[in-house]
Amino acid sequence: MRYSILSVLGQALKGQKDWKPVWRDAEPKPAYDVIIVGGGGHGLATAYYLAKEHDIRNVAVVEKGWIGGGNVGRNTTIIRSNYLLPGNIPFYEKSMKLWEGLEQDINYNAMISQRGILNLYHSDGQRDAYVRRGNAMRLHGVDAELLDREGVRKMYPFLNFDNARFPIHGGLLHRRGGTVRHDAVAWGYARAADQRGVDIIQNCEVTGIRVENGRVLGVETERGFIGANKVGLAAAGNSSRVAAMAGLKLPIESQVLQAFVSEGLKPLIPGVITFGAGHFYISQSDKGGLVFGGDLDGYNSYAQRGNLPVVEDVCEGGMALMPAIGRLRVLRGWGGIMDMSMDGSPIIDKTPVDGLYLNCGWCYGGFKATPASGFCFAHTIARDEPHELNAAYRLDRFRTGRLIDEKGVGAQPNLH
Amino acid sequence: MRIVCPFCGARDAQEFSYLGDASLQQRPDTPAGAPLDDAAHAAWHDYVYLRENPPGEHTEFWYHASGCRQWLKVTRHMRTHAISNVEAARPSSLRGAA
Repeated sequence: MRYSILSVLGQALKGQKDWKPVWRDAEPKPAYDVIIVGGGGHGLATAYYLAKEHDIRNVAVVEKGWIGGGNVGRNTTIIRSNYLLPGNIPFYEKSMKLWEGLEQDINYNAMISQRGILNLYHSDGQRDAYVRRGNAMRLHGVDAELLDREGVRKMYPFLNFDNARFPIHGGLLHRRGGTVRHDAVAWGYARAADQRGVDIIQNCEVTGIRVENGRVLGVETERGFIGANKVGLAAAGNSSRVAAMAGLKLPIESQVLQAFVSEGLKPLIPGVITFGAGHFYISQSDKGGLVFGGDLDGYNSYAQRGNLPVVEDVCEGGMALMPAIGRLRVLRGWGGIMDMSMDGSPIIDKTPVDGLYLNCGWCYGGFKATPASGFCFAHTIARDEPHELNAAYRLDRFRTGRLIDEKGVGAQPNLH
Repeated sequence: MRIVCPFCGARDAQEFSYLGDASLQQRPDTPAGAPLDDAAHAAWHDYVYLRENPPGEHTEFWYHASGCRQWLKVTRHMRTHAISNVEAARPSSLRGAA
């Protein structure tokens, strides 16, 4: 069923009784042209773009739990393309452009809201760094504006401008950044892929990858062997586990990142704000809760839950930035497992195994990348070579020295 | 999370800094000053960039920065965070020698 104002009105008159499930609960076929391991945002987007851009429709997305149950449902819903380095900017800008047309493209309301992201600076040195970043963005056709203190005050008068240690001097504003209803991204891509013939197979954990003579033959699952000409891995958080099934060791550590939401409030924060003197960022969801987060817990983990010291650290950041939220109660907190790569940038590439492709290493920036990641991974799988947008995201860049280290902290993932 | 330091007893994990994968204790054995051949290059790549990242027991380095300032090798479960073993990263005869 195509969603439109007519379908909504029609269903309203019929008492909402005729809505159908938006994707089939597919049984696995014996074999597919392409199997995507991982039914998160990236995996579902990849399946969608395989069908749409490359007309490869004999595709299955295999998911161990339910789709969208991993990091696409565990993030802070922010989209942005305010990157600095040449390998990154065009990729994330492509992602932003795809976000801008996504709802019409997949006929699904993802509540994309370009409400603007403001990165605050608190010193002259930090201002200069943001000038450089803003100029790099504008040279690539991305919007960026440098605000002074009064410019920030006009937008957000309630911030703590006169903090003795970290006074706010201004900010870099990226107006096209914003937020998206994250679950709707998974569901919308799933529905759009399903409509183009992709099988979405839930509750079907991959337990092995069958490789013979250096070529992939398919995947072993809880529900038996499924053959495939090509297999794409998009299992962020568990990438090392899945890749190990094919004998690969990755430049990845799995670490936990927490995020939080407060009780609901009347509209307070119109956009997204990031604190420049600590790691803290905040926005307000359409339900009214303040959504915020900060640093990694800082050690390897697969637990999908973090510990209290980081809760305290994040809340301290929030109090330094906007003391007004001090009486607010935290409603929920959660943890997601990040693929922390050795330079803070992702990997979308072929692997040494023929027919096996890898999409991993998103650190904590995977959600905003969902459309471009799917777009580029689909291209890489279909054409057996990277798209120019993911040409820098090679698996062997650590060997060749072509690292993309936005933060410049080196192979120490808990510092990214 | 608490780590039972063999020198200081049970202490809050906040006193420690994390380094990660303790299987990387030994650097590749390449002669100093000599140009790297392909095998040495590959060994250094693996040492610097590749990590054990199991979903179960993981041995890792923690540094007791706010305590005895010793490097520890901790065995911790990645799903439960339960710590099953803590030992000094280097044998005691070497500690303090440098």
